[in-house]
Amino acid sequence: MPSLLVLIPLFGIILLNLPFRRLNEKYVFWFAVFLLSVQILFTISHHSLFWQQGMGYIDSFFKVDFAIDSLSFIMLLCIAIVSMVSLSVSRYTIPDPRERFKFINLLMIAAIGMNGIVITKDLFSLYVFLEITALSSVVLIAFQKDMNALEGAFKYLILSSIATIMMLFSIALILLVSPGTSFAVIAAALKESPNSAVIIFAMGIFICGLFIKGGLVPFHGWLPDAYTAAPSAVSILLAGIVTKVCGIYTAIRVIAFVFGFNEVIKSLFMFIGLFSILIGALAALGQKDLKRLLAYSSISQVGYIILGFGTGTALGMAGAVFHIFNHAVFKSLLFVNAAAVEKRIGSSDLDRMGGLSYRMPITGSTSVIGVLSTCGIPPLAGFWSKLVIIIALWQSGHYMYGTIAVLASILTLAYLLLMQRKAFFGKLPKELENLKDLKEVGPEFTLPSIILAMITISVGVFFPFVFDKFVVPIKSIFMQ
Amino acid sequence: MTINIILLIAMTIATLWTVMGRSLLKATLGLAVTSVVISVLMFRLDSPMAAVFELSVCAGLITIIFVSAISLVKPLTHKEAIVVSKDRMKRFRYLPLLVILFGVIAGFFGIPNDFKPIYVALANDVRTVLWSLRQFDMFGQIVIIIAGALGVVVLFREKEKR
Repeated sequence: MPSLLVLIPLFGIILLNLPFRRLNEKYVFWFAVFLLSVQILFTISHHSLFWQQGMGYIDSFFKVDFAIDSLSFIMLLCIAIVSMVSLSVSRYTIPDPRERFKFINLLMIAAIGMNGIVITKDLFSLYVFLEITALSSVVLIAFQKDMNALEGAFKYLILSSIATIMMLFSIALILLVSPGTSFAVIAAALKESPNSAVIIFAMGIFICGLFIKGGLVPFHGWLPDAYTAAPSAVSILLAGIVTKVCGIYTAIRVIAFVFGFNEVIKSLFMFIGLFSILIGALAALGQKDLKRLLAYSSISQVGYIILGFGTGTALGMAGAVFHIFNHAVFKSLLFVNAAAVEKRIGSSDLDRMGGLSYRMPITGSTSVIGVLSTCGIPPLAGFWSKLVIIIALWQSGHYMYGTIAVLASILTLAYLLLMQRKAFFGKLPKELENLKDLKEVGPEFTLPSIILAMITISVGVFFPFVFDKFVVPIKSIFMQ
Repeated sequence: MTINIILLIAMTIATLWTVMGRSLLKATLGLAVTSVVISVLMFRLDSPMAAVFELSVCAGLITIIFVSAISLVKPLTHKEAIVVSKDRMKRFRYLPLLVILFGVIAGFFGIPNDFKPIYVALANDVRTVLWSLRQFDMFGQIVIIIAGALGVVVLFREKEKR
């Protein structure tokens, strides 16, 4: 019954908005927690009857095939974890219950959009759910309604619209050769016209659209503004999962299962990936704003995912998906900590920070774990996914790309350690010493931080188990 | 063929007018004219249902919504309008040339005929397509409408308070 992943949240939202609004404002948080927890439980237990398609009337009503494989499970798990973290943070950062009620409604709509993207096997439905996610993200970015938020939202709206127009145009061109829009039908039709300039153009603009959605260099103009201007809970959602589902997952699904790989696509992905790694890391080095630094770091890390995927080998693609999961976890962790710091000192300017670990020990120490995992320090989760990607690059003969990717980790280490030193280590500045409230924000922040840090450590320490249970099944679906 | 070309030119002029015009109201009318011309083109391409949707929703309903929204906005003074107009002209002056150039290149080279086209039989009525074949997309459309409604509530409610 995978269609329930989109149906239940929608009916929930409709019901909560109809009667007893005041009462619902109280319970909407727990309703969202319940739904996301159920999603986490079901994605972890993939053999449950829930995933058997055609169970009951609902799935047969939709008359579509759902994508139920290891790749979908990992993405659905990421969506649920990151949404849960964003929800938890919103409980403190959006104190007004009425505003929080609207925020949670929009968060659930974004989750419906992302779940829809992950479970659909139809190119047009994919476009529809991308629009849902983009629309709810725009409103979420502009949630605070100040000038920066509106500017960030406007940039995202314009670039995201350009991306969706490109995708729609591409689908229209593909329909010249394909009798339908389902992945299998398009894949079969494309084989009939393999070297057509029109189809290559259609594939090209679809991929460009995905690069815009994923915030890859040179289409990353919207990303730092949007991440910085959005409320903290939204930054976590955007950095943790929205760009990954809308841009990266969609690219992986569409290229691997519909368009197919060729040497041009591989080279394009690897070049864009490497370019993103370097530009993101170099730009991050010069940032003085904590959230902006993390935004550029996201561009750089997404570059690793694209680089791994660009190898076109099953191991590289599995490594890319594994890095999506790890990045969702450690980047959410770093954004939660950034939100906690911003809440306490009222700014995300790194020059105003220092020695925060003394007053916020949990935030400081979990941040160290997030930083080390991002840099790829063993035995944390980030190390293993980067290692898999580097091995895939080496095995496929891309020695130069592999070497530069390893060296770029030094850049990552440089800007993140600089951030850690400026924010959490060293002496507490005098202006902060007098702040009475400079302490841990509360369980809404510390609990997600601890859980995310524990996931990062556990995935790293128990890597052989994770490799067998998650990476190998993903590798096997790409081998098919 | 000649009529189609005249219609395409009319559509291009209407879209350029929409983008380059100084008044929001005139831009809305330009958009409505564009939709009307597209509807005529769709009728000529044997897609009457799509044409009716375009005419009723894009040319009709959306124009009314835009005009209602614009009527709530304070209009520009004559001086401000001249400044905006000059700025627009400066920014978009190359746009008509680009459109003409693109048209000439596309007309000269045409679409490469290097694929195996599919001719879909018009057996399925649009109602069948929407309600029997694309339910998942229809469901998606419902979610988009709810997201839009929530967006309006979130972004415009507080302005009333202010």
